[in-house]
Amino acid sequence: MDIVVCIKQVPDPEHFSKIVLDAKTKLVRREGIPVVVNQVDKHALEAALQIREKFSGRVTVISMGPPQAREAIEEAFAMGADGGVLLSDRAFAGADSLTTAYTLAQAIKKFSPFDLILLGNETADSGTRQVAPQLAEFLDVPHVTNVRTIGFNSGDTLIVERSMENGHMKIEVRLPAVLAVNRTINEPRIPSVIDIMQVATKEIKVCGLADLGLSSEDVGLVGSPTQMANLFESRRERRREILDGAAVTAARQAVERLRELNAL
Amino acid sequence: MTGKNETWVYAEQKAGHASKATLQLLGKAVELGKETGSPTVCVLVGSGAQGVPRELAAYGASKVYVVDDPRLELYQSEAYASVVAGLVKEHCPEIFLFAATDVGEDLAPRVAAKVGTGLTAHCIDLRIEKRDGVPLLHQTVPAWGGGMRIDIVCPKHRPQMATVKPGVFDLPVPKSDSNAEVVDVPAQLNEKHFRARTIEVKEEAQRETPLTEADAVVAVGWGAYSLGGIQCPQELAEAVCGTLAGTRPMVDSGWIPPDRMVGQSGKVVSSRLFISLGASGAMHFTSGFERAKFVVAVDQNPKAPIFQVADIGIVGDLREVLPCLTEEIKKQKSSKG
Ligand SMILES: Cc1cc2nc3c(=O)[nH]c(=O)nc-3n(C[C@H](O)[C@H](O)[C@H](O)COP(=O)(O)OP(=O)(O)OC[C@H]3O[C@@H](n4cnc5c(N)ncnc54)[C@H](O)[C@@H]3O)c2cc1C
Ligand SMILES: Cc1cc2nc3c(=O)[nH]c(=O)nc-3n(C[C@H](O)[C@H](O)[C@H](O)COP(=O)(O)OP(=O)(O)OC[C@H]3O[C@@H](n4cnc5c(N)ncnc54)[C@H](O)[C@@H]3O)c2cc1C
Repeated sequence: MDIVVCIKQVPDPEHFSKIVLDAKTKLVRREGIPVVVNQVDKHALEAALQIREKFSGRVTVISMGPPQAREAIEEAFAMGADGGVLLSDRAFAGADSLTTAYTLAQAIKKFSPFDLILLGNETADSGTRQVAPQLAEFLDVPHVTNVRTIGFNSGDTLIVERSMENGHMKIEVRLPAVLAVNRTINEPRIPSVIDIMQVATKEIKVCGLADLGLSSEDVGLVGSPTQMANLFESRRERRREILDGAAVTAARQAVERLRELNAL
Repeated sequence: MTGKNETWVYAEQKAGHASKATLQLLGKAVELGKETGSPTVCVLVGSGAQGVPRELAAYGASKVYVVDDPRLELYQSEAYASVVAGLVKEHCPEIFLFAATDVGEDLAPRVAAKVGTGLTAHCIDLRIEKRDGVPLLHQTVPAWGGGMRIDIVCPKHRPQMATVKPGVFDLPVPKSDSNAEVVDVPAQLNEKHFRARTIEVKEEAQRETPLTEADAVVAVGWGAYSLGGIQCPQELAEAVCGTLAGTRPMVDSGWIPPDRMVGQSGKVVSSRLFISLGASGAMHFTSGFERAKFVVAVDQNPKAPIFQVADIGIVGDLREVLPCLTEEIKKQKSSKG
């Protein structure tokens, strides 16, 4: 079974409070902010590795991002991925979800025959949850989002459970297909030292616009239908009464005010 | 293709009634339509929802496209996307809004990809602004930094598509005498549309009030980690007869279940009372309780942006403040009887 896993490198959520959007470029200013593999993407990779262990096959990770995103692929190698593709080109920068899905789809068509494509359900840094259904559309295969279990039926069908607000859905999916998983699906493995030493033996295929044979009109910021417009500051007006005395006093004053305001 | 100057809303229904989120969106669509001079149109997909168009009319729909087919009784991702995208291609509306729900979040992206247009996720506001005389939908989402927002626009492609979480907009007042033109649309489907086939939908009984309906909400942020557990916040939640919720880091670390996350990618609450414990006040979080009536925030950092959006802010260590706060509230409640 050939499995492709899409992974994204994101700013470390623990440093989110230091991130700002550049007022001019409307791009995220992330200098000095450490990057990590989007957490749920590791769960997607873990699911792929478990399937490979059961049925044999090959797991290829693919990521679109700056040259630095090779670290994300190396981390996936350490976990056990067999191959890696990095889509990196200035022209790809600033892609919205549609263009991201389009570019990933073109690369997968070109380099990675697949039975199954796994993604995370959402990224920590923009979390639109849109890439998986759009990728499936560009590849003309079915998709399921928010997947919490993957079971194998006979031959080329899966039975997956999709988490819902208030329960779950059971869905029968014919392969090839795109699944976006959530974090309840498994616990990602922690690579051992030996696994980490393996990383150097695996090669990352780096591709740019020309390698994919795409037009710069169709990718990145230029190819994206959505655009960032005005960045502004706005809050709902509140009383903003600050109590900074000793805990006991402040708590008493707060409750007193809440009572006066009829808020309790 | 020249499109119709219409504002569309994807109508979700359950047990023969339009969802509340749909009706909230309709209210907003009507408002936007007043600015662009466009009628509001709904798309309703499913099986046996005869009463729903009348309900949609009462909330402002002037036309409803109904795709009624027994094969569409349960949500079927590809089949739904195919019929909805078919309608979009035929009529090409200016604007198309979806509720960001289990169905809407899954359906809207695939429809947008089929049509080749942009889609803005989890908007916290929508309004029309003119650019070179052309009305453009400004779709506001939280940006980084407390209080910062950014508008996303889709200038060259139509429709302009957006998803909005339930609870972001007001429920409008229905008009019982309104009528909508109902247009029945046959579903053109084949085997291929069911490569992913939903075979069962299982609802689990809800233990607590859904966050969106709660009268009081106590939300823990990463600062509550210092408490070593959720007992104390839970006790406060009980004292105010409220529901416990949290920020994304608290959900990610497993302290709070995912359906209890407040914010742009979680729930939008409109409780009477909202108490934030140890959350810094990122816009992604604070946009989830803008509609709460009274906000109390506790944080040890006096500069935390959370204090800018609180009615009452207590600067202090949760480990000291929280027990006092809970005790004072209990006293207050018992004296009230
Ligand atoms: C503040 C802000 C708001 C934004 N709002 C929107 C918006 O409303 N609409 C829009 O279209 N775009 C939006 N974007 C752009 C969006 O961040 C990019 O499209 C991004 O490349 C993909 O979307 P996502 O991160 O939301 O992916 P999601 O759909 O949340 O990600 C799902 C999964 O897709 C895979 N994946 C995502 N990106 C990659 C990648 N680069 N390489 C490999 N796999 C990947 C991962 O497995 C991931 O877990 C916004 C960006 C910012 C900064
Ligand atoms: C696209 C996108 C969508 C997002 N959606 C959401 C969402 O829906 N909901 C959400 O919550 N987040 C969301 N986030 C994340 C958001 O940006 C913030 O990272 C997050 O809200 C921060 O959570 P926090 O306030 O709990 O943690 P922090 O920012 O780490 O704040 C912790 C606070 O606790 C205080 N503190 C620490 N110890 C104590 C103590 N002992 N006593 C008192 N105070 C203490 C600190 O002073 C600090 O202010 C989203 C992010 C993105 C990019």
